[in-house]
Amino acid sequence: MSELQREVSELEAKSATAARLFDIRRIIGGLFVVYGVIVTIAGITASEADLKKAQDININLWTGLAMLALGLFFLVWLRLRPAVAPVPSEPGEQSP
Amino acid sequence: MHHLADGLRLPTNGLDYAILAIYFAVVLGIGFAARRSVRTSLDFFLSGRSLPAWVTGLAFVAANLGATEILGMAATGAQYGVAVVHWYWIGAIPAMVFLGLVMMPFYYGSKVRSVPEFLLQRFDKSAHLLSSVLFAFASILIAGVNLYALSIVVEALLGWPQWVSIVVAGFFVLAYITIGGLSSAIYNEVLQFFVILAALIPLTILGLKRVGGWDGLTGSLTERHGGNFLTAWGGTGIGDPNPLGANWLTIVLGLGFVLSFGYWTTNFAEVQRALSAKNLSAAKRTPLIAAFPKIFIVFIVMIPGLVAAVLVPKIGTAGSDLTYNDAIPLLMQELLPNGVLGIAVTGLLAAFMAGMAANVSSFNTVFTADIWAKYVVKGREDTYYLKFGRLITAIGVVASIGTAFLAASFSNIMGYLQTLFSFFNVPMFVVFIIGMFWKRASMKSGVWGLLAGTSAAMVNYFVIYQGGVIDIPSDQGANFVSAIVGFVAGAVVMVLVTLFTAPKPEAELAGLVYGTTSPGMEEAPQEGDQVWYRRPALLGWGAIVIAAACYVPYSF
Repeated sequence: MSELQREVSELEAKSATAARLFDIRRIIGGLFVVYGVIVTIAGITASEADLKKAQDININLWTGLAMLALGLFFLVWLRLRPAVAPVPSEPGEQSP
Repeated sequence: MHHLADGLRLPTNGLDYAILAIYFAVVLGIGFAARRSVRTSLDFFLSGRSLPAWVTGLAFVAANLGATEILGMAATGAQYGVAVVHWYWIGAIPAMVFLGLVMMPFYYGSKVRSVPEFLLQRFDKSAHLLSSVLFAFASILIAGVNLYALSIVVEALLGWPQWVSIVVAGFFVLAYITIGGLSSAIYNEVLQFFVILAALIPLTILGLKRVGGWDGLTGSLTERHGGNFLTAWGGTGIGDPNPLGANWLTIVLGLGFVLSFGYWTTNFAEVQRALSAKNLSAAKRTPLIAAFPKIFIVFIVMIPGLVAAVLVPKIGTAGSDLTYNDAIPLLMQELLPNGVLGIAVTGLLAAFMAGMAANVSSFNTVFTADIWAKYVVKGREDTYYLKFGRLITAIGVVASIGTAFLAASFSNIMGYLQTLFSFFNVPMFVVFIIGMFWKRASMKSGVWGLLAGTSAAMVNYFVIYQGGVIDIPSDQGANFVSAIVGFVAGAVVMVLVTLFTAPKPEAELAGLVYGTTSPGMEEAPQEGDQVWYRRPALLGWGAIVIAAACYVPYSF
């Protein structure tokens, strides 16, 4: 094993990311649910001028609903398949 | 891109600004929340090599999906028509698949922390130092380009003075990377990816409706620009005139092979995302997962560009005060009501920041691990390098603010970036490909290949093309040719130098050259990595087949 491989393996064993980094699905889910609700409300209350500008498509409503769906997808995915925190690595037994 | 036209000011209101403010808060929040996961320098620079493939894959595509890319590719669409698909289907997918299937075992398995570090292992210190310094220089330059472009767009769209957006965006990037390291950069890229989709998809749909659907779009464009404007290969026969200034051979070899492979397989800002994956299988899948969104993103960038070409027939010419780069901002102003408009502004700003952050987070790694720790202050404890990494991140952001104005002298941002890449990345690719596949390639051949390739590409572009020695119709076409010239020169010089200098001892090449393995490559696949939809070969070849199929409707 080369010098470099030994050094990186040692750092990997001490690394805290796998055990302590939060799950990004929670953030994507949360942000898109919030955005989805805001934009959907903007769609429900859309003015005539808004609709005319957007080629008679209620784009806020559709975009808002789609964002809401994406946000919920991430939250459901997180609930159904939570990340498995790795066993705290002990010397000599680190995960690859 | 000098200035966006006046009169592109967006009718933003409190709702849009609320959406923007929420995003900025989340960006900072991610940085602070990621802080507790940073214990070692490996956590800070490579997320401890522990992220899942879908996260690194989306970050891989998002790191490339900066706002300069989005605005620049829409501009290319407005200017050259459907030919812009070349930058995606032939100019990205094959290289991404090659990176995942062929090169990743050597990159990831050898446990190198950066692209230059691979050169140190495979060749020698001179190749390593040269590529590290070039990369550090280029990434600050490109981060500066991003920042400058951001300030112009924000000034035109929102009316903020340029220095305000430079300071605000610079501060946020500095904060979240300094605090949370690469994990924070990657998480923000994944988030930005989805926000950009939420901005561009509605814009594309409304744009199409505005011009009477796809048929209305193609009808008006054929009438005005001729049928070739709507085909990928029309008019690209050798010797035929076409606006791109390139023929099929320079497209395939220059863009599809040399430029694209140089960018996707050796640009550390991209490769770093794959190196942070949790195991070899996830690292291989990183560029492969990225390839699928990349195939389809062209539609939501090209169509707004084409729509703008219909709405403003004179766009980009002396008869209009709108430039090609104004295509997407123009449609945002014309079509998006408040609400979605806020999402679009947020997506654009997020893309600018992510583009800059990708460069800063790769710059700090190379500067710390490859330059500082190997040549300046060697052998200190890990906490020292972690601290230094945070310091150099801040210095890098400040330096890129200083270089922001270098971008001002080129009219098309994409052309500018590609010019840079053809000089720095082309010789990198030839050195990698020969180094990985030819065991005999000597230690000294690396640095000479890099020097020869870079100088040949520069001489071809600045002396032969710009000096008018040969006649190439456009900057883009000249880029493609310069790339091919740099590649060939680098390859020839490497072979010549190898013939007269000593090879690397066989034992030191384990895991770095095709046909050898290193301890890191023998790890057993994780449970679940064997299911069919995670098989790299299937993902890779699937992407190639889909990209090829996408060409069919635009080729005849």
